[in-house]
Amino acid sequence: MNKIIKYVFYDIVRNKIVLAYTLFLLLLSVGLFNLGGSPDKGILSLLNLVLLTVPLISIVFATTHFYNSYEFMELLVAQPINRSKIFMSEYLGVSCSLSGAFILGVGLPVMLFGASITGLYLVLTGVFITFIFVALAFLASVITRDKAKGIGIALLLWFYFALIYDGIVLFILYSFSDYPLEHATLALTAFNPVDLGRIIVLLHLDVSALMGYTGALYKSILGSLWGIGLAFGLLLVWILVPVLSSRRIFSRRDL
Amino acid sequence: MKDQNKLIVNLLATLVLLLWVTTAFGSTLKVCKTCTYTSVKQAVKKARPGDTVVINDGVYKEFGIEINKPLVLIGQNNPVIDGNYKGQILTVTADNVTIQGLTFKNIETSYTRDDAAIRVIERSNARILNNTILNTYFGIYLQNSDHCLIEGNTVIGKDVKGVNESSLGNAIHLWYCDNSIIRNNRVEGHRDGIYLEFVKDSRIKNNLSQHNLRYGLHFMFSDGNVYTYNTFRKNGAGVAVMYTRNIRMEYNRFEDNWGAAAYGLLLKEITNSVIYNNTFRRNTAGMYMESSSRLDIQRNTFDRNGWAVRLLSSCTDDTFRNNNFTGNSFDVSTNGNSALNKFENNYWDKYSGYDLDKDKVGDVPYRPVSLYSMLVEKVPPSVMFMRSFMVDLMDNIEKVLPSFIPEDIIDEHPMMRRLDYDSDRKLTQVLR
Repeated sequence: MNKIIKYVFYDIVRNKIVLAYTLFLLLLSVGLFNLGGSPDKGILSLLNLVLLTVPLISIVFATTHFYNSYEFMELLVAQPINRSKIFMSEYLGVSCSLSGAFILGVGLPVMLFGASITGLYLVLTGVFITFIFVALAFLASVITRDKAKGIGIALLLWFYFALIYDGIVLFILYSFSDYPLEHATLALTAFNPVDLGRIIVLLHLDVSALMGYTGALYKSILGSLWGIGLAFGLLLVWILVPVLSSRRIFSRRDL
Repeated sequence: MKDQNKLIVNLLATLVLLLWVTTAFGSTLKVCKTCTYTSVKQAVKKARPGDTVVINDGVYKEFGIEINKPLVLIGQNNPVIDGNYKGQILTVTADNVTIQGLTFKNIETSYTRDDAAIRVIERSNARILNNTILNTYFGIYLQNSDHCLIEGNTVIGKDVKGVNESSLGNAIHLWYCDNSIIRNNRVEGHRDGIYLEFVKDSRIKNNLSQHNLRYGLHFMFSDGNVYTYNTFRKNGAGVAVMYTRNIRMEYNRFEDNWGAAAYGLLLKEITNSVIYNNTFRRNTAGMYMESSSRLDIQRNTFDRNGWAVRLLSSCTDDTFRNNNFTGNSFDVSTNGNSALNKFENNYWDKYSGYDLDKDKVGDVPYRPVSLYSMLVEKVPPSVMFMRSFMVDLMDNIEKVLPSFIPEDIIDEHPMMRRLDYDSDRKLTQVLR
């Protein structure tokens, strides 16, 4: 398994796209830290970027990679190797290389310019989101054999989590505004890893003072170490569910 | 001849009288460890009306000193009167008392008596100058006393972090005191920095109020007061002013009042007042207005606040003109359709219009209320979606095609450039 991971990893790293991705992130984060006056502001701008581009790039790259390495996987399947092992090594190879790029591109500047617990949460959130969206991409790719369809599904997933979901929740909140919705909002945000990541970071910035009662409630829940643990646990669930289900599909289906 | 005699007698009588007057005026009682009087209380008791009591350096462990005649109390070389947590230190029950250059400290929290370092009861013309008051329950407490001057005092309580609100008193507390002047004081570490209730026609100038648990300045039912050049910084809930008419607030700074329930300036039922040239920087809500009408708000700077202005729909006839709004998360938010308030010629950094005729006024109107701020006002939990991509998108769509945001909150003539006031406070202060 290690051998396959290594192979996939090197294959991706040799690919210029990941290098470009790293440079893009590095440039943006250094730029944002230098533009904004305080490191807090830099982290805030970076958060928007991380939550929008990292999922998009992760999901599109992972989907295309999966389809492009179909022949390689077929070759491996012909060998006496367990299918789930092949799948997991593909998954880990892709997500590790992408999160490596993220850590280099964003983690390094954060460490240099805005080293704080909030910065750490930002980087952790970014890594988790990379893993989650690669998992979702693999899920999209194992569902269908058609490359165009797979990329379509992946993009739709990104669209859903980055945009549509928030719209739906806001609509629900607006429709039921006569009810106390604080806990409901909390539950609803847990169903979207992007929102969860955003809130984890926002609560540790001083913008959280704007969040009034709901923010205070969130802070009382997510502010403690236990709460943070719970939030990252939820993100872990967000990785495990798509990975395990797509692994299952991959090991059973006809290639 | 007779006339001349009369004149001489008259002259002599006047001279004698004058001499007598000077003795009545001038007697000075000294208090120090080796003087005739070793305690302030003794000296005050012995002094006749109009005398001066000079207190020399040293620590006097005293409390319950009552001044019931017009005296001048002067501290020399910074003497300290230590209340030793036993009770109120100075109680003034006479007109024309001056207290100057003393240090008072250590008064215990007393819920029933409201002990203060200096309390003036129902007398006028008290002058409290350049004193230092440390670690007391109330600092300076004036009740029913008119024409008083409180100048150059430093009132410092304790570190208010985690302290219960009711266990703290106010630094400067005035109740039913008209025509007072409060200036150049520094107050911190109390419940309210400056608290005024039923105080009319007074001037509050050049004070620094910071790190108080509740409000930096708190007044109610205090009409006709003028607040200028004060700084209110890092107070637990900012500044709150209520139920008052005819006030002027100019050149004040409201800064760093940052917290879930903090405001730069909270206006509740304030009417017919002017708010000019103030700076609101880094407050959760720069200005929060409730049931306030006929306010003239001009040339203020709102910089890096959460909400620059929260204008509840109960406000009417307020005018915002020539203000700068920069770097605020929300410029204006409202909970309904606050019609009848007017925005004119303000500078908004979020304005993206153009100016074809180059008259420095934007050609398209600006709507300072964003859709999301309306949503947050209506459904508070939706604030959790702050900085979400969806929210930015929604706001931009609404900007292009306004349909939800209130029609009436609109700046028809926004400025293209940041307005430059004579922001050098020191200079304008000298010129005025």
